[in-house]
Amino acid sequence: MPSSNTSARVLMQGNEACAHGAIYSGCRFFGGYPITPSTEIAEGMARMLPKYGGRFIQMEDEIGSMAAIIGASAAGLKSMTATSGPGYSLMQENIGYAYMTEVPCVIVNVQRGGPSTGLPTKIGQADTMQARWGPHGDYNAIVVAPASVRECFEQTVKAFNFSERFRTPVTLLGDEVLGHMREVITVPEEGELEVISREKPDVPSEWYHHFEVTPNLVSPMAAVGDGYRYHMTGLTHDSEGFPTAKISEIKRKLDKLYYKISRFYDEIVQIDTEMTEDASICVLAYGTTARAARQAVHMAREKRIRAGLIRPITIWPFADEHIREHLAHAKKVLVVELNMGQLVNEVRRIAPRHCKVEQLNRYDGEVLNPVDIFKKILEVK
Amino acid sequence: MVEATKPEDKQTSDVTHQYLRTKKNFPNVWCPGCGIGTVMGSIIRSIDKLGYKKNEVVLVSGIGCSSRLPVYCDFNTLHTTHGRSIAFASGVKVAKPNLKVIVVTGDGDCLAIGGNHFIHACRRNIDLTVILINNQIYGMTGGQCSPATPNLAYATTAPYGNLEHNFIPVDLAKGAGASYIARSTVYHVQQMDKMIVGALQKKGFSLVEAISNCHTYYGRLNKEGDAVAMLKWMKEHAMSAKVAKNLPPEKLEGKFLTGLLWDVEKPEFCEEYEKLIQRLQK
Amino acid sequence: MTTMTNSKNNKKKKKDANDGRFELRISGSGGQGAILAAILFAQASGKNPKYNVVQTQSYGPEARGGASRADVVISTNEIYYPKTMKLDLLMAFTQEACDKYFIDLKPGGLLIVDSNLVTKVPTKNSYGFPFVRMAREQIGIAMVANVIALGVIVELTGLISHEDMKAVIMERAPKGTEEKNLKALNLGFDLAKKTKRK
Repeated sequence: MPSSNTSARVLMQGNEACAHGAIYSGCRFFGGYPITPSTEIAEGMARMLPKYGGRFIQMEDEIGSMAAIIGASAAGLKSMTATSGPGYSLMQENIGYAYMTEVPCVIVNVQRGGPSTGLPTKIGQADTMQARWGPHGDYNAIVVAPASVRECFEQTVKAFNFSERFRTPVTLLGDEVLGHMREVITVPEEGELEVISREKPDVPSEWYHHFEVTPNLVSPMAAVGDGYRYHMTGLTHDSEGFPTAKISEIKRKLDKLYYKISRFYDEIVQIDTEMTEDASICVLAYGTTARAARQAVHMAREKRIRAGLIRPITIWPFADEHIREHLAHAKKVLVVELNMGQLVNEVRRIAPRHCKVEQLNRYDGEVLNPVDIFKKILEVK
Repeated sequence: MVEATKPEDKQTSDVTHQYLRTKKNFPNVWCPGCGIGTVMGSIIRSIDKLGYKKNEVVLVSGIGCSSRLPVYCDFNTLHTTHGRSIAFASGVKVAKPNLKVIVVTGDGDCLAIGGNHFIHACRRNIDLTVILINNQIYGMTGGQCSPATPNLAYATTAPYGNLEHNFIPVDLAKGAGASYIARSTVYHVQQMDKMIVGALQKKGFSLVEAISNCHTYYGRLNKEGDAVAMLKWMKEHAMSAKVAKNLPPEKLEGKFLTGLLWDVEKPEFCEEYEKLIQRLQK
Repeated sequence: MTTMTNSKNNKKKKKDANDGRFELRISGSGGQGAILAAILFAQASGKNPKYNVVQTQSYGPEARGGASRADVVISTNEIYYPKTMKLDLLMAFTQEACDKYFIDLKPGGLLIVDSNLVTKVPTKNSYGFPFVRMAREQIGIAMVANVIALGVIVELTGLISHEDMKAVIMERAPKGTEEKNLKALNLGFDLAKKTKRK
């Protein structure tokens, strides 16, 4: 029977896959607060973490959750939280603190309909901009968005890798359908996916600067208790971490936060495309929406319409150059989103002059299906 | 690296000095006569007395005058967001239970914006020590009303007198389930040292409320005088809980109790979690 | 062995008609085990490495009381759109579910109902069995009605093997209930075999 040689194939939920991906990445701390539709991640971590010697704590709210994972990460553990719209909003101040203090951590936002309490059990993609600009101030953000259960696993690992590599919080943007969807996947084996951990300092403690501006801008990170006794503050600080009001130091800090990510754009951008080489119309979508878009593109091809798909997996930094390349021959690009139009403005910003930007939006808590998108392709092609 | 030595033959100021970040020229954010510096000395002496290594001590604070305390001290120091210090500290402690994690917070930071984290930390019973420096007002932002500002007292946001009523932090902590609760004042420094030593030794959530003076705002707005006058008020109105036990109620009128107010044993979160890990990994 | 042959024929037929994609929905009222049945079906499909499988469901107020549903898409190709579009099979445990979801069934799609609970059946291309009553009377617990239905679905669609379905039931059944669940599943297989139209 086929059953015997397929033991590695398992039916798994998107949210479960995030939890498994986190464990695979070496995440050993989770602080969270229940919220639909992300709760299965917290439940999975509560079950698994102690078995791996890790620690789970249910906090009193999302503000506390975010604070706890930053604290735990500063103490040396790879840390994660998971939430949805309202909780993500509550976390923003402390996410900003993590940007400022350059503490690696991963935040999963399983998007639901908004604003406010919105539609707890229905899908939305309206946090796309919040994921980039949520906390106040200037900084650079890395945001990844999977579109399948297997990708939930892989992109959680990626999110940890980016976060550890660049000492920065990383958001994984999922959605309700993806989080609750079950697919049969092959779970990555140990060693199959790359796992990156933060660089530790090797200098004597007197020489150590917690925020040293290194050639690649990312500073080695000692954990609290490692013997380096540094200061960490949300106040704008110098390379040692002490508050500063010196103009040169302020600028240097903000430049560091921005360029340590933008300089590695090519390493961070992940983009999935199909049939764009000869496409006269490209459909651009991410997450669950991209799956409907892909089917619509295939439907269009069957009708001899030269359609192609562009699916950013890394949403932020936005893949300006890569996307522009794929639009080189396209007359139209159709941006499909479950919001009133967020990513479409980024596409407008970067689209070549010969390529007209069209949009298809839905924001009533339901998905766009392939037929909806196919019809729109016919309309605008 | 300078490590703590036993200080018997030294002046207390020598002890404190060893634990300060003397290489840096920090601006002092505290007003002359502020009680927060006194609490800082007390925390340092307590750590020194217990022989903790600098590397194993973590000071975590939020936002406000009292939350600026850690930056001056040569420990692991985390100056976090307003009200959230206890939640940050919980993450640090649960991740690395061998560290001595101390939260330094003020009445606004801890009881208003951080009130929820405070009561839940009491309930959760993680081995943290919270030093709540209560000066009954928001100092850093210029004298606004806090949850510790008494009814009818004046503040810039209560220009006609405070219509609300204040929290009693030690009672709040008791109701919420803290393991160790003590109170002292910046006048009763020796008592405060003792209380903080006790709190640090306690396995479980401990709170030391340090009554302090903000003569700049609270004193001025409420005509309570300068730092000296406010310290004098503390001297006259504080009553040791031990002494109070044997006094009739009329003698306690207008007084507040200091010293060790509550001390119970209950399972500590990190230890229990460690047991869980052991059990599941068997 | 009959099932395996069936499965092959069926798949070929489906591939021609629908690009290898088969969509089914199991629906009922909250607590009838419709969602669990769909998950078990998806899991069993996953045992065959030829198949890609996606299972989705309705969440929220709709899932508590009222009509609840869970969908499975199985395909020999990569599944792009994860939700169902036109059902090849609808299993309805209640009249409400049948009324609500019949419209999603494609022309010629297969309807299976609980014949005691769904009295107004909107198509002739349907199978009706008194699942809940049979579970109660023949197995002894009403709760395994969904497992009987699973047996029927597996047999009628021929998409997955009896062995794979049995293996999943054995993996997932709470301790001590394995036997009853297997009995229910076999009952479903037999029911379908007896009444299957050519």
